[in-house]
Amino acid sequence: MKGWRPPAPFLLLLPAILVLAAVVIIPLILSLYSSFTPFRLTQPASLFTLIGFRNYVRILTDIEFWTAFGRTVLLLTVALNVEMLLGLGLAMLVEKATRGQRLLRTIMMFPMMFSPILVGFQFKFMFNDNIGLVNNALQSLGLTDQAIPWLIDGSLAFFAILVAEVWSSTSVFAILILAGLLAMPKEPIEAARVDGCTPWQTFRYVTWPFIMPFAYIAMTIRSLDVARAYDIVKIMTDGGPAKRTELLWTLISRTAYADARMGLANAMAYVAILLSILFTVYFFRKLSAARTQIAAEW
Amino acid sequence: MATVSLEKLVKRYGSLDVVHGIDLEVADREFIALVGPSGCGKSTTLRMIAGLEPVSAGNIKIGGRVINDLPPRARNLAMVFQSYALYPHMTVRENMGFSLKIAGQKPEDIAPQVDEAARTLDLTHLLDRRPSQLSGGQRQRVAMGRAIVRNPDVFLFDEPLSNLDAKLRTQMRVEIKKLHAKVQSTVIYVTHDQVEAMTLADRIVIMRDGYIEQVGTPEDVFQRPNSKFVAGFIGSPPMNLKDADIADGQVVFANGDRLPLPARFRDRVTAGQKVTFGLRPDDLYPAGHGIHSGEDADVHRQDLRVILTEPLGNETLVFSDYAGAEWVGRMLNPRRLAPGEALSFCFDLSQAHLFDRESGRTLRG
Ligand SMILES: Nc1ncnc2c1ncn2[C@@H]1O[C@H](COP(=O)(O)OP(=O)(O)OP(=O)(O)O)[C@@H](O)[C@H]1O
Ligand SMILES: [Mg+2]
Repeated sequence: MKGWRPPAPFLLLLPAILVLAAVVIIPLILSLYSSFTPFRLTQPASLFTLIGFRNYVRILTDIEFWTAFGRTVLLLTVALNVEMLLGLGLAMLVEKATRGQRLLRTIMMFPMMFSPILVGFQFKFMFNDNIGLVNNALQSLGLTDQAIPWLIDGSLAFFAILVAEVWSSTSVFAILILAGLLAMPKEPIEAARVDGCTPWQTFRYVTWPFIMPFAYIAMTIRSLDVARAYDIVKIMTDGGPAKRTELLWTLISRTAYADARMGLANAMAYVAILLSILFTVYFFRKLSAARTQIAAEW
Repeated sequence: MATVSLEKLVKRYGSLDVVHGIDLEVADREFIALVGPSGCGKSTTLRMIAGLEPVSAGNIKIGGRVINDLPPRARNLAMVFQSYALYPHMTVRENMGFSLKIAGQKPEDIAPQVDEAARTLDLTHLLDRRPSQLSGGQRQRVAMGRAIVRNPDVFLFDEPLSNLDAKLRTQMRVEIKKLHAKVQSTVIYVTHDQVEAMTLADRIVIMRDGYIEQVGTPEDVFQRPNSKFVAGFIGSPPMNLKDADIADGQVVFANGDRLPLPARFRDRVTAGQKVTFGLRPDDLYPAGHGIHSGEDADVHRQDLRVILTEPLGNETLVFSDYAGAEWVGRMLNPRRLAPGEALSFCFDLSQAHLFDRESGRTLRG
């Protein structure tokens, strides 16, 4: 009798499994493990000292971490809502366009084509207090004669980052909501008009329930960014000045690479991911509920 | 007062005219049935009245007031859409109560009205379902319910019973009739079903290719069709319509077969005139199996061979060969007939029609 041979499907998938293991699974396990150690890049041996939950306990009481955490949640909450509203408005305008709709749709997607790094650089330039477009425009229009320190003042910098975020991601909402509007049957809207609805009521009671799932899809996609809001901030302010725009990921990368405290940084990262997962699950729940409500067939 | 007037009403899509300046006066509380072949512009006309399609030219008046540019909500009418147009995210209950909710009624006032409508439409057990969980006929009844909970000036129905089975359709027809008697609204009712049109309507409007062919009471359009088109459209099975010439005071068919010229057309045609001869199946029957309404002298007897029969129970449709074409007759108190059997048929010429072959208009005075 021959010895045991692994089944063919397993053998065929083995290369893929190996690659995945090497680039995803092993780093994942390793980073999770290291979050339970005082691992410092400068002291490799520290990787083998287990300290239990001490990193996590430390995070729980770390005011700096919670400030960054709060700021991240705030940024995303505001950004998501603004993007949602702007995206909805854009989508409804484009849907009304009788000519050139294709072109408008393409243009609408432009911001998605830029790397966030580039977006960061663009807005960093635009909000520059000396040579930036924004100040230049404000001064030319005579609205102010001062150089507004957009990227230096804490709340102004937060606002500038918000603008960049919104600019780069509104199209996610716009595209998905537009898809919803285009897929929507027109008869219920007509029925609503005959039933006595004003345009606002038609939107509120008929259009909105129908496109809500599409908005939630966009929310779900964007909520993944809770754990990713990094590139734009990194370029525009790098969490500065003096940590006034520190977000979770700028803090984590600073902890990991500048301070070289990899174990602590990994622990922070896991907390951040947990947050992101919570957001995603929340919107996914909403999405399923909204889908059943309109009896969607997908 | 909800009179509805259409004045030279035109609908144009780009350069394509689909409604060609129609005129129609609908009296207050009148029940008008709009019939016509598919694509003749019935839904378009209804949608213009509802305010869902802009009017290209002409006027629509409700209660004497021009409402061309009024939004639908300001017209106070209820519509049942051909495609139902239910709100997919609302339950049947919410669908039916929606217009009342928008009108600002309180939930406790809405509930009894919805329940009442649901009872009428036999929907009570479905009130908590969503449209996607309903059959086509059930959806159609919800669409109906959405309209009848309201108390509008004008009801617009676009084939509201087209997806119901025969029994339910009969039942609903009665309900619509009762509803109309009760609510005192003007009704414009599009249908493909002649029985519906004949039984429900005060007047029937027959449309064709965006024109109104004839407006009249059910008896009018059935007994006195103005054109070949109306004659062929109203009545089931349709009227026998055969081309013929007038010669020697007789109707002469292409193959030389002849029928006497019906008395009422004697002064209205000239020799050599090209006509279309029309006779309803009811007026073509095997001797002893029909009712003739005119004088005995008006009944022409002719032996014909039976080609085919369609027994319907209380009557049988008999297809036979005459003048080189197929004619359908109706046999009351039927007996079994064998194909090929020869029978003496009665042509009740007092009920015959003659139309001008070219224009299709009736030659009756
Ligand atoms: N949006 C449109 N653009 C161009 N033509 C249209 C449009 N809507 C309808 N039509 C045309 O107008 C004509 C009338 O359509 P309508 O829907 O009124 O017909 P109908 O009498 O209701 O037919 P049915 O009995 O099949 O419902 C049709 O020939 C149709 O092709
Ligand atoms: Mg139609």
